[in-house]
Formats: sequence, structure tokens, C-alpha cells
Amino acid sequence: MSLPSFLAQSLNGLQYGLLLFLISSGLTLIFGVLGVINLAHGSLYMVGAYVAFVVARATGSLWLALPVAVLSGIVLGSLLERFLFRFFYKREHLDQVLLTFALILLFEEGRSLSVGNDFYSVPIPQALNFSIPIVEGFSYAAYRFVVIGVCLALAAALFLWIERSKMGAIIRAAAEKPEMVDALGIDPRRVHLTVFAVGTALALTAGALNAPLSSVYPNMGDNLLIISFVVVVIGGLGSVTGAFWSALLIGMIDTMGKAYAPAVAGLAIYVLMAGVLLWRPSGLFGQRA
Amino acid sequence: MHDPAAARTPVLETRDLSKNFGGLRATRNVSLSLHRNELHAIIGPNGAGKSTLVNLLAGEFRPSAGTILLEGRDVTGLTNWRRTRAGIARSFQRTNIFLPLSARENVRLAAQAKTGTLASLRGRAAGAVSLVAAADQAIERAGLTGSRDRIAGELSHGEQRQLEIAMTLATEPGVLLLDEPLAGMGQEEGERIAALLKDLSRDHAVLLIEHDMDFVFKVADIMTVLVEGAVLATGTPQDVRRNAAVQAAYLGGHA
Amino acid sequence: MTSDTRLLPHSRNGWLMLTAGAVALAIAPQFLPLYYVELGTSALIAAMLALSMQVLVGATGLVSLGHGAFYGLAAYTVYLVSPESAAQPMWLTLPLAMAVAGLAAFLVGLLSIRTSGFFFLMVTLAFGQMIFFIFHDTKLGGGTDGAYLGKPLISAFGATFDLPRRQRPLGIYYVALIQLMLMYAGLALLLKTLFGRALEGIKVNEHRMRAIGYDTYTIKLIAFTLAGSLAGAAGHMWALHRGFVNPEIVGWHQSAEALLMILLGGLGSLHGPILGALALTGLGEATQVLTEVSKAPYVPEKIAALLRLLGERKLLVEGLVILAVVIMLPRGLAGIGSKRLDKSGGGHA
Repeated sequence: MSLPSFLAQSLNGLQYGLLLFLISSGLTLIFGVLGVINLAHGSLYMVGAYVAFVVARATGSLWLALPVAVLSGIVLGSLLERFLFRFFYKREHLDQVLLTFALILLFEEGRSLSVGNDFYSVPIPQALNFSIPIVEGFSYAAYRFVVIGVCLALAAALFLWIERSKMGAIIRAAAEKPEMVDALGIDPRRVHLTVFAVGTALALTAGALNAPLSSVYPNMGDNLLIISFVVVVIGGLGSVTGAFWSALLIGMIDTMGKAYAPAVAGLAIYVLMAGVLLWRPSGLFGQRA
Repeated sequence: MHDPAAARTPVLETRDLSKNFGGLRATRNVSLSLHRNELHAIIGPNGAGKSTLVNLLAGEFRPSAGTILLEGRDVTGLTNWRRTRAGIARSFQRTNIFLPLSARENVRLAAQAKTGTLASLRGRAAGAVSLVAAADQAIERAGLTGSRDRIAGELSHGEQRQLEIAMTLATEPGVLLLDEPLAGMGQEEGERIAALLKDLSRDHAVLLIEHDMDFVFKVADIMTVLVEGAVLATGTPQDVRRNAAVQAAYLGGHA
Repeated sequence: MTSDTRLLPHSRNGWLMLTAGAVALAIAPQFLPLYYVELGTSALIAAMLALSMQVLVGATGLVSLGHGAFYGLAAYTVYLVSPESAAQPMWLTLPLAMAVAGLAAFLVGLLSIRTSGFFFLMVTLAFGQMIFFIFHDTKLGGGTDGAYLGKPLISAFGATFDLPRRQRPLGIYYVALIQLMLMYAGLALLLKTLFGRALEGIKVNEHRMRAIGYDTYTIKLIAFTLAGSLAGAAGHMWALHRGFVNPEIVGWHQSAEALLMILLGGLGSLHGPILGALALTGLGEATQVLTEVSKAPYVPEKIAALLRLLGERKLLVEGLVILAVVIMLPRGLAGIGSKRLDKSGGGHA
């Protein structure tokens, strides 16, 4: 393994890990605070990527795509919470599973009806389409640095929100004791709506950010949903800090594995999950399962 | 009671039992002895760690330090279901039963627990006459025979409390841990439970947690006062009533 | 009467209806075109899968998203042990497929049953997808395209049912029906044991079960392993019926569809999943009826266009139906007409 290739894989791992964090932090918040399992979270990522694709195709540039994806995420998340999920918090897991399974089918069919089933690439904006030299013989794509930067900024904003704001305090308390939400003086419906909208917006943002790197294609969220589950299981249910470290770990292991040990890479993260479950069934940062 | 020495060998004993939750020391160096034929009440103000103690004894929580001995055997490492099988049964402060099943089936399930998992695959439920008989006996003793075929969720609150006790009895325990069996009961029901507890303490070591002081002083043989997780005093009700530290710390306001 | 499971019929009439249903399934193929016989076989196999899952969902209260993986794994097992030229006898492939699926379920259960609630859902899903990726990403079973079984024949006890092409679907239908009936009977007996009572206790209140001295981990692990190997029987039959395998049958959508069948048919009975499987298969056919209706002369063009769209979009219809069911019929089709029962009250449905 040469130094430039190792550096490139490390940065790729970091970038993938941060992207996983955007997706899984939303998942873990929604589990922790709302007590609902959202299997359609991967579809939200897919929606974000297609929003970026459609905006880029219409305007000829990607610049607008990110704000549009964030806004669509907030709107879509609010609508889903207000008109659908709100009625499922107290329902059985089975109902939640089937509700969100139905959403996956509907999102995919909606995508198929409006954009089609083809594989599309999304161009990187001209201004960012260059590489930054790092060391002798190695340079790294500027756009990937932008993705890393945006993800870090969003992660910082998320942590600030959770650590400093009044709603953040409720979110932290709720992850440990769900009944606390009702006792802390903010309308719980507002907390639920906000958390769901934020989680949805994070997933759409992740999809939009990654669209130029991954291209857009049917069922693109499926795999990420599973990996985000692994991230949440390893990090601990409801723990955003856990999701952060676990996402970076999984991103790094998966990327390095695919580069240097492709034969076993696919299994590596599951073996890691099995190990964590043996050692700490409630995850590295979890209170209890 | 013919052999005082044997009678004084504790059925359940704790040595320097402690439990910390983060920075909170919920149980501090508690050493207790429960004996057969003895009703041992734990009293203390709210937050004194009474429920934590029951959870430690029942195996719901793992102690941070200390040991728990059952008939001299170290059971500290056993999980809750193994402790129950070893002979420590507990009732819950908040009624915890099988709501959609009949009262009889609730107790029959408790009686069935001792049948091993593999043996249970071979035994037809309809043919398990001895389990039903054992369940009916526990129901009888808890005074619930008249309601045994009713759905547990439809019983009155008092009957559900009795059902809790019947379920613990059906596991054939040596030690009964009763966490506020009177919670939410009326005066008359309380009298019935007092008689039941007296009756139970004849062939079990009973640990009772209760808020109602009059009740405790009436039924307890031995009392332990917990304050901030630690034992303040242990002794007969008379000893405890006279204890200056207890009066200062706790009973002062009430007695 | 107190120690009877609530998942089986409570009255003689209930058993009579069940027997009538079984008889109807047994004679139906005699009156149906071959296309519908084959469809019926698919429905019976789906029913086997849903019935095996009811051991977890309806009997024990465990919702797993990894169940489909054991089903698919069993189908791949049949492929892997079948040489290109000849069929393996069923007395070899069926136990083998069930053993492989059961072993996988045991290993996955060993880890996932340490968790509960959402964790259990996520962990079973993740391990199920791990099995999916093994077949999707490696050449073991033909990769993403899947593979055809050399000679998908039913062969048992030395006698190969080398039926004429016209009659083969009938043979496979009855093999599937017999397995489904045996599975129902076996599970009915299981639910009537003390073990079955313990499963119900866990479903109602697992915490209390531990407190009265049950080793709930081992009990759940046995249920999970058993359910996995029964899913294996369904997967085995699928391989014999369709004659090919592809990664899709290992994926978690299989589990979700099995859950849907259970919800459709009702959580409160052992035969519910069978009804749900038949209903869902019928629904798939109904979309084609929509296309036919759109061709009728008196249908307005806009509605015809909508019907054509829905007729082509099976998944869209399925999504809308699931949505409608979870929103409007939380007790499934079986709950229509019976009064709603609240969650804690359970229900003598």
C-alpha cells in the first residue's frame, strides 16, 4: 500500500463516515425521541439525491440543489410527521414497520413515475471540479473536501443544538426516558415535529451532497438504510454522540476494507456489529437496549 | 423453633451490598439477614433506596459491591430468573401481571416456571393437572379463589395485588420480597393482607417494603430503617421505635 | 380451558371451518386452469413463510426483519446441492434446507435475542442483509442474476415424479399443500404444550416471565430457530416450484411481505397468516383485473388511464394497500366487524 493511496482511502473513509453520520443521526434521533422505527429513512436519502439531480438538470448547476434539498427535507419531514407518523407513536412495532415499508414502495414508485428507472450522473459544479495537491504525487478532489466540510459543519450545528438549546435538553432527556418529553414544558408535538423534520432534512441533505459522487439510481437508499442501522446498533440507540463515532468507524472500515481486502469487506461491518452485541448489547454509547 | 441455632441461620443474607447509579449511591453497605418464620420490614423515606434494595435482591440490578447469600450460597452473580428458581420470589410495586390472561393462568404460568424449557416442549398444557392444582393452592392462600377464572385485567385493584402475591407464592419460594403489597388498597383490604402476610411468614422468610407505618409496626417482627441507601437501625419494632437516631432522622415527624 | 392457547380455534365450529378451508384448498386445483394452480402454489408457499413467522410475531411477540433471509438461504441450499443434470430427492433436500436455515437462525438468534424492541428489528434486519449480500456480491449462487436449478423436479423415495408437463404444477401444488397442513398441525400441537403457554406469557409480559423464573432467552432462541427452519421448508418449496434462485428472495422485503400477510390475516390466530397470504396473492392478480377493466368501452378516459397505471404498478398498489390497512384496519381483515380492542387489553378476538 502506497502513501498516496492510503491517504486517499483515509479521506474517502472520513467522507463516507460523515455522510453516514448525517443519515444515522436522524435515524437515532427519531428512534430515541419519537419511539418510532423509520425503514423509509433510506428512501429519504434517495429523495435528496433525486432532488439534487432534478435541480441540477433544471438549472444547469448544483449550487441551488443543497438549499432546495434542505428545504424539501424540512417540508417533507413536517408533512410526514403531521399527517402520518404522529398517529403511529403508540402503535405496535409491526404497524410501524409496515407503514414505513409502504412508504418505501411509494417513494420508489413515485421516483419511477416522475424521473424513471435510469441511472443518471450528477455533474460536479465547474468551480469545484479540480483537485487539491496534498503530497508529492497525490491530490484530492475539491468537491470531496466540500462534502467533508459541509458534513462537519452540520454535525457541529447538530451537537450545538442538542447541547445548548432548550429543545436539545428535552431531546437528551427523552433518549433516556421517553416520558420526560411531556414533563419539560415544551409542547411535545412541537418537539416531535421538529425532530422528525430535522432528521428528514439531514437524510435529504446527505443524498443531495453525495449525488455527484454516487450518481442517482433506483433503490439507492436500501443499502445505506442497512448500514445506518448497523451504525445505530453499534453507537447505541438514541445516542447522537454514539452515532458520530460509530459512523466514522464504519465509514473507515468499509472504505479500507473495499480497498485493501475486498474479499471480506462486505462482511467486516457485520462481524463488528456481532462483536459489539456480544460485548455490549446496548451499543457502545447506549443506555440500554 | 426447637433448635434456636438453626433458626438463626439466615435464609437470605447480604454483606456490604452497594449500588451506584452514576454518581448516585442508591444503596450503601447494606448488611441484612432474613430468617424463616420472620417478617422483616424495610422502612425509610422516599428515595431511601428501598426499591433498589428489592431489585438488587431479586437480581434485577447487579450490585456495584457486596455479596448476597441464599442459604449460605453466593447468588450475587445470578440473573433474576435464576434467583427466582433458586427460591427468591418478588412482587412488584406497580402491578405487573399478564393482563389478558385469566387469574388462574397467571398463577399457573408462575407454577410452570420450574418445569425446564426442554421438558415444557413435551408437556401438554391441558394435561398439566399438578400445575393447575399448585396454582389453585396459591390462589386459595392469597384469598382469590372466587375470582380465579376472571381475566386479570378485569380484576379490581385489590384483587390484582392479591394476584401478584399468588404468583410469587406459586414459584414455591423460600424468600418472599414484597414491594408495597398494600399500594393503593383500602382499609379493609389492608386488614386482609396483614393477616395473609402473618400467615405467609410462618413458612417463608418475608421481606416487606411498606409506607404505612401503623401497618408495619403491627405486622413486622424485625424492622430495618434505610436512610439515603444505608442502614440506620435494625431491630424489633420496639427497639426501632425507641432508637434515638431513628427518631431524629425519620420518625420524629410522624410518631 | 384456562390453559388453551388463544391462537387456535376455540370452538368445534372454528375447527370445522378450518377443515372446510383445507378441503377447499385440496379440491380447488381440479377445477382451475393450470395458471391458477401455479399461482395457488405460490400462495401456499407464501402461506408457509407467513405461518412460520407467526411463531415469532403472533405466538411470541417478536417482530423480525431477518426471517426472509432464512427462507432465501434454504432456496439457495437446494440450488447448491442440486447437480445440473438430475434432481435430488426431497427426503435429502428438505431436511438439509431446514437444517441450514435453522442453523443460520440459531446463530443470528444467539446474538439478536440479546437485544429487544427496535434493536431486535435492526439487528435481525442487518444480519439478514448480511446473508443477502453473501449471495448478491459473490458468485456462490450466480451473483445478482441468480441461477437456474438444473432439473427442478420433485423426487422422493426413489420415485421421481416425472409427470407430463401439463400435470407437474398439480403435483407441486399438493406437495406444498401437504407441507402447509403438516406445518399448521405441528404448530397447533406446539402451542398446546407448556412451551406454547410460555411463549404466550413472553408475548404478553416478558419482564414478568423472567421475574417468575423463566429463562426467556432460551425460550425465544428455540422459537426463533424453529421459525427459521420452518421458513427453510417454505424456501425449499419455492426453489422446487420456481426452479431458480436470485438474491431478491433473500432480501428483507420478503420479511416485510410476510409481516404484511400476518397483519392482513390477523395477529390473533394461527390460520390468519394463511388467509393473509392468499389475500395478498389475490391482490397481485387484482391489479391485472384493473388493466382489463380499463379496456371496457364505457370507462372514462381519465379513469382508464389511472386504472392502466395501477395495473402496471404492482408495487404502487401494494404500497397503497399496506398504507390503507395499517391506517384503517389495525386488526387486519380478520378484525373487520369485530369491535376494536385496545392494546393492553390484548383480546379474545
